[in-house]
Amino acid sequence: MIEIDEAKILSVRNDFPILSRSVYGKPLVYFDNAATTQKPRSVIDAISNYYLNDNANVHRGVHYLSQQATGAFENVRKKMAAFIHAGSASEIIFTRGATESINLVAWSYCESFLNAGDEIIISMLEHHSNIVPWQVACERKGAFIKMIPVTAEGELDIEVFKDLLNERTKMVAVSHISNTLGTINPIAEIVSLAHSKNVPVFIDGAQGLSHGPVDVQKIDCDFYAFSAHKMYGPMGIGGLYGKASWLEKMQPYQLGGEMIEKVTFEKTTYNEIPYKFEAGTPNVADVIGLGAAIDYLEELGWDFITAQEKDLLTYATDKLHTVVGLKILGTTARKASIISFLIEGIHFFDAGTIIDHMGIAIRTGSHCTQPLMDSLKINGTLRASMAFYNTRQEIDKLIETIQRVKNLFE
Amino acid sequence: MTINETIDQIIREFNQFDDWMDKYNYLIEMGRSVPLIDDTQKTDSNLIVGCQSRVWLSSEYKDGLIHFTADSDAVITKGIAYLLIRVFSGHTPAEIIDAETTFLDKIGLKEHLSPTRSNGLLSMVKQIKMYAFAYQIKEKNM
Repeated sequence: MIEIDEAKILSVRNDFPILSRSVYGKPLVYFDNAATTQKPRSVIDAISNYYLNDNANVHRGVHYLSQQATGAFENVRKKMAAFIHAGSASEIIFTRGATESINLVAWSYCESFLNAGDEIIISMLEHHSNIVPWQVACERKGAFIKMIPVTAEGELDIEVFKDLLNERTKMVAVSHISNTLGTINPIAEIVSLAHSKNVPVFIDGAQGLSHGPVDVQKIDCDFYAFSAHKMYGPMGIGGLYGKASWLEKMQPYQLGGEMIEKVTFEKTTYNEIPYKFEAGTPNVADVIGLGAAIDYLEELGWDFITAQEKDLLTYATDKLHTVVGLKILGTTARKASIISFLIEGIHFFDAGTIIDHMGIAIRTGSHCTQPLMDSLKINGTLRASMAFYNTRQEIDKLIETIQRVKNLFE
Repeated sequence: MTINETIDQIIREFNQFDDWMDKYNYLIEMGRSVPLIDDTQKTDSNLIVGCQSRVWLSSEYKDGLIHFTADSDAVITKGIAYLLIRVFSGHTPAEIIDAETTFLDKIGLKEHLSPTRSNGLLSMVKQIKMYAFAYQIKEKNM
């Protein structure tokens, strides 16, 4: 067992102002980190400081403030590239979040490279946002979706994946970490298998960047999408890593200012990457906030984050197993601190309603993964997703509350 | 009893609870004990799909009055569905159309009718009103 430094956790909790509030008159226990993580004060301050002192439009002014804002904005692009070990900052495109990044690739890539009769492979445990854009691209082009099934443990069935890969496959799009089951998918293996057939791979990293270090060059994926708000940064900002070789060949997704090189009424030529994919005034303040989130995570360090989250996952899993009639869905050993479960004989909505009233924020429902729910033959689950600022005491409180729920409904 | 009288009665019943847990206990008791809908009526066409819980609502129009039955796979949702049935069932289309639907606010269950809750109850209220409009039009055309 890893030694957990209680004093350190306490000081980390103090970095997140919202964690000291109460709901329904009880101290908040926040176990909905897979939906969005809370923000440290440094992120909140960075955004507010930007509007208080530094606000100006980027890339288009000779004046002092504009140049300063542009410098700070582009500095975060470099920071983000270094954070995920991208080869170059020009391979980082800022978007509204992972969903927009997926839509960007599903439109821009498929426009040029997907044809009638082609296939796109996704998996059964994808979030709707990594299903629907590909589905619609396939409808538009007359192509087909193929699905990697999930094993009883909640892992992708790699043997089936190998059989699905063929000369008609034009893209493999899978998540790094399942938002419902917590499964960490073997993305490097998936990439290597796909590349052996010359098929590019898109990784939905919405849940990926908050739980451990990511090296996109080592993984060798062609695209990696992320959302800042799931990695302790602000909402409304995220990004896409794409290999320059692909981005240069792809059509722009949105058109407007900033992304153009030269405009005449006869013909417009596009700016170079990444600007080709960033039409219009970007969300500068939240990019600055994202930069502060990266700084925060790097200062805290992955050693602490991964050790603390592993401890919480193990502790919570063991404790939940002691509850009679409670079943955890997703039992693979390669798992992030996300636990889906069901309580026998009690509807997840009933349990969730009572747990909420006890001040504990967990998520209930299908978690935007209806195909996965269908494959498990259920309508939804209860999900507790933990972050490094959560504590064992909070897990104890959840277990006590589950016992109370059981007494109430039995 | 008029719709408003039933609403007042429900508000009185809930006012006796100081603790939210007692209130939910009461809902759970109701949700568990009341048989609300015939299994043959639990059809897909009577199903109101929420992302959280599912609600079945069926209606029958007899002698100028609409009678509703409902059920849910979640007990708390079923308890609240029962309150809605108590209020709206056995009234004329005009009475149902004119009735206010905010009484759940007054008994501290407002959150269960919020669109984000997605438990099927908000759709159930809308569906009750839709039935009332439909029967009213049907009546006029007869």
